[in-house]
Amino acid sequence: MTTAVLFDNVSRYFGAVRAVDRVNLDIVEGEFFAMLGPSGSGKTTCLRLMAGFEQPTGGHIEIFGETAEGVPPYRRSVNTVFQDYALFPHLSILDNVAYGLMVKGIGREERRKAAEDALAMVKLPGYGARRPGQLSGGQRQRVALARALVNKPKVLLLDEPLGALDLKLREQMQEELKTLQKSLGITFVFVTHDQGEALSMADRIAVFNEGRIQQLGRPEEVYNQPKTRFVADFVGSSNVLSTKLCQTLGLKAPFASLRPEAIAIAPASNGALSLAGTIAGQSFLGATNRVVVDVEGARIAVASPAAHAVPSIGSPVTISFAARDLHPMEDA
Amino acid sequence: MRSEKSNRAPVGLKIAAAGGLAFMHVPILLIFLYAFTTEEKSYQFPPPGLTTQWFGVAWDRPDVWAALTLSVKVASIATATALVLGTLCAAAVSQTRFFGRETISLLVILPIALPGIITGIALRSAFSMADIPFSFWTIVLGHATFCIVVVYNNAVARFRRISGSLIEASMDLGADGFQTFRHVILPNIGTALLAGGMLAFALSFDEVIVTTFTAGQQSTLPIWMLEELIRPRQRPVTNVVAMIVVVVTFLPILGAYYLTRDGDQIAGAGK
Amino acid sequence: MTIVAESIILPERRGAAGRLSDFFWRHPYALLAVLLGPPLLWLGVVYLGSLFALLLQSFFSIDDFSGLINYEFTLATYRQLLSETNLDIIIRTVTMAAAVTLVSALIAFPIAYYAARYARGKWKVLFYLGVMLPLWSSYLVKIYAWKLILAKEGILNWFFEKLNLLWLLDAWLAVPVVGGNSLSVSYTGTFIVFVYVWMPFMILPIQAALERVPTNLIEASSDLGGTPAQTFRHVLFPLALPGIVAGSIFTFSLTLGDYIIPQIIGSSRLFIGQAVYAQQGTAGNIPLAAAFTVVPIVIMGLYLWMAKRMGAFDAL
Repeated sequence: MTTAVLFDNVSRYFGAVRAVDRVNLDIVEGEFFAMLGPSGSGKTTCLRLMAGFEQPTGGHIEIFGETAEGVPPYRRSVNTVFQDYALFPHLSILDNVAYGLMVKGIGREERRKAAEDALAMVKLPGYGARRPGQLSGGQRQRVALARALVNKPKVLLLDEPLGALDLKLREQMQEELKTLQKSLGITFVFVTHDQGEALSMADRIAVFNEGRIQQLGRPEEVYNQPKTRFVADFVGSSNVLSTKLCQTLGLKAPFASLRPEAIAIAPASNGALSLAGTIAGQSFLGATNRVVVDVEGARIAVASPAAHAVPSIGSPVTISFAARDLHPMEDA
Repeated sequence: MRSEKSNRAPVGLKIAAAGGLAFMHVPILLIFLYAFTTEEKSYQFPPPGLTTQWFGVAWDRPDVWAALTLSVKVASIATATALVLGTLCAAAVSQTRFFGRETISLLVILPIALPGIITGIALRSAFSMADIPFSFWTIVLGHATFCIVVVYNNAVARFRRISGSLIEASMDLGADGFQTFRHVILPNIGTALLAGGMLAFALSFDEVIVTTFTAGQQSTLPIWMLEELIRPRQRPVTNVVAMIVVVVTFLPILGAYYLTRDGDQIAGAGK
Repeated sequence: MTIVAESIILPERRGAAGRLSDFFWRHPYALLAVLLGPPLLWLGVVYLGSLFALLLQSFFSIDDFSGLINYEFTLATYRQLLSETNLDIIIRTVTMAAAVTLVSALIAFPIAYYAARYARGKWKVLFYLGVMLPLWSSYLVKIYAWKLILAKEGILNWFFEKLNLLWLLDAWLAVPVVGGNSLSVSYTGTFIVFVYVWMPFMILPIQAALERVPTNLIEASSDLGGTPAQTFRHVLFPLALPGIVAGSIFTFSLTLGDYIIPQIIGSSRLFIGQAVYAQQGTAGNIPLAAAFTVVPIVIMGLYLWMAKRMGAFDAL
């Protein structure tokens, strides 16, 4: 496996603000890699470091084994799909898509053909003569994609590309992006603050917070076994068990995570762990009921199948779960 | 019902607004009327008769032509200089983050924020201290100084509308700094520069206060007008020239409006 | 296609432009210096240099016998500036500037308000051009137009005569200070022309400020039982004030420094601009002329400082 992008202890400070703080990354060629985190967590700065819009304050970046520091964006075979698409308003769609080939000195006929092929690939054949202002948000997003892909980049960077689309279009584009990535085999690096998007699309996810990577792993690892309390909170809706509850359960770690789906409102059968509490609230979510149980003052969410009746608020209950679903965490 | 009502202006407001606009326009319309009067010794109203003969007389006046030629030359070179300096300044202020941006903006605006007489006398005394004789170029220098701001304002407003990611997108697609300037920045600020240039031309073409201090014996068209105002020699010719000046300055204003009307800020709002 | 380079990093740019581009990318401050250099040299050195040289001269004095400048630091010129005649000139000019500003605001407000609140589509464009064209019309032609209007045989006298109101005009001209032999040699005439020439500068800033007032604020006020007068006083006027102040920067400053309008239409009593012009020209007293220019600079400095505190610059 070839390493596409390597971050070795990379930092980027803006004055006293540590936007990116000693990050280590290793993106493999051909993978769909997501950088997930809240705004200001450093994920976009990492993307800009790969594109060359920012230079690291410290550390070392390699793209396909070559040093990237000090190389201007226009000398990197890396292309970006911008959050606001950044289509050139004064150029037609065709000229937008052909722009990268034009500045590289490719002949008019050749670049027209390549641009038309790229537009067909993103399902916008025949749109070349229009202006960016005449297209819908979803269409502009496809043009931005075609404009980047026509250059045959080694790495494609996508900065929240679906953020401005409505829900239905977003789901459709998620599918298409995934299919496109698999068929082209290009490394995709994708920035998002939407955990659902990251989980459904990416091969691997890096979860960012305050300029650092909290956890890097496959979607199911990040979802099921959050390493830190931040990841547990941000990715999905895991319960975080306090030090006191961990001690009650005989656990050595200071904290532990427990997914609501892994808990049943029932006495423990053989080998399972259990806790006693009272029902504090419930809400109907369609396929499941979300039940909140008060255990020694801590609130624990339980995803209970909708078919099961929920005892009324204030009733004493026992909740149980398998020991293997309890994941110890490093810190708060 | 209420919204319908609130969309109709009160009568008093209508009258006040119409009266204000009339106050601004009637004197200029009078200039058009007087260009055709047969009366040549006084400003008699109503004109005793109408004629177009003064246009011919004005056409044959070499002093009017000399003044007009000088004004056009000065305005052209001052505009060209202001275009270069104003654009450079706007690019620096918009495209980079550096301390002292506010100071630069203030510095650019100063030549028109301060009364023209101060700019004029300061330049005049500087010329005399440096032993620079008055010439065509001293007039141009003065004009370019206060024309920079018009170009600058237009260019800054347009630069603000070009989202930063357009320039990054261009670099990302393989264009170096010069290619980005040629293929992305210039096409996007072109009309704003043209509008700014037109306004700068109009400003220079009309300028008199600074010019009285920086011109030697030469007279631009406004200086020629000023002499006619102080010591009227041939009123009908002055009337005709005044009308032509009004028409000539309208054209760049309409042009600049047309070029920038889609923008959020329209050229020339702050003269 | 040959676009895909073997290496992920494309080769160094060939040619001078490519090398220069790489250089500027690596050294953004060099680019900044290249961009800012020429305008700073022009405005910072030539223009500001001239301005400071002028101000410096106000600290020299003129030798009464030889008429030459005595290059020694002294405050004598400033003492001269504060003499009774010169103070008169300053007070007269500032009073005029204040009056012109006030009346300009009164005339400009309805135009700006109508344009901001009621004019739509085609009318909006007409209003805009209706303000822009007089604003940008030739300064001298505008003064000339008023010379035609205010002349004894001109349209204004004709108008009063037709209405049999000449007695009213004569009565006004008989009033001391504001009156005179005819309108074109009176303060009234000077005042009218000042308002005419500088008032258009007031309209667009007020309009800009008013356009930022959401319509529903006005509706909310009338909804809460405010009469139109109360709505104006408590909602509209405070919100439009930054625009008025921004516009007044122009009317005030331009009136303060003008020397051509009072020279062509007005009495023989001087304004600051005329005093500067006379001192540097016929009198040859550059130090006193320089000291006179300090007056509008100081006044405008204070004015701008106050305007900035009121947030007027956002409306410019």
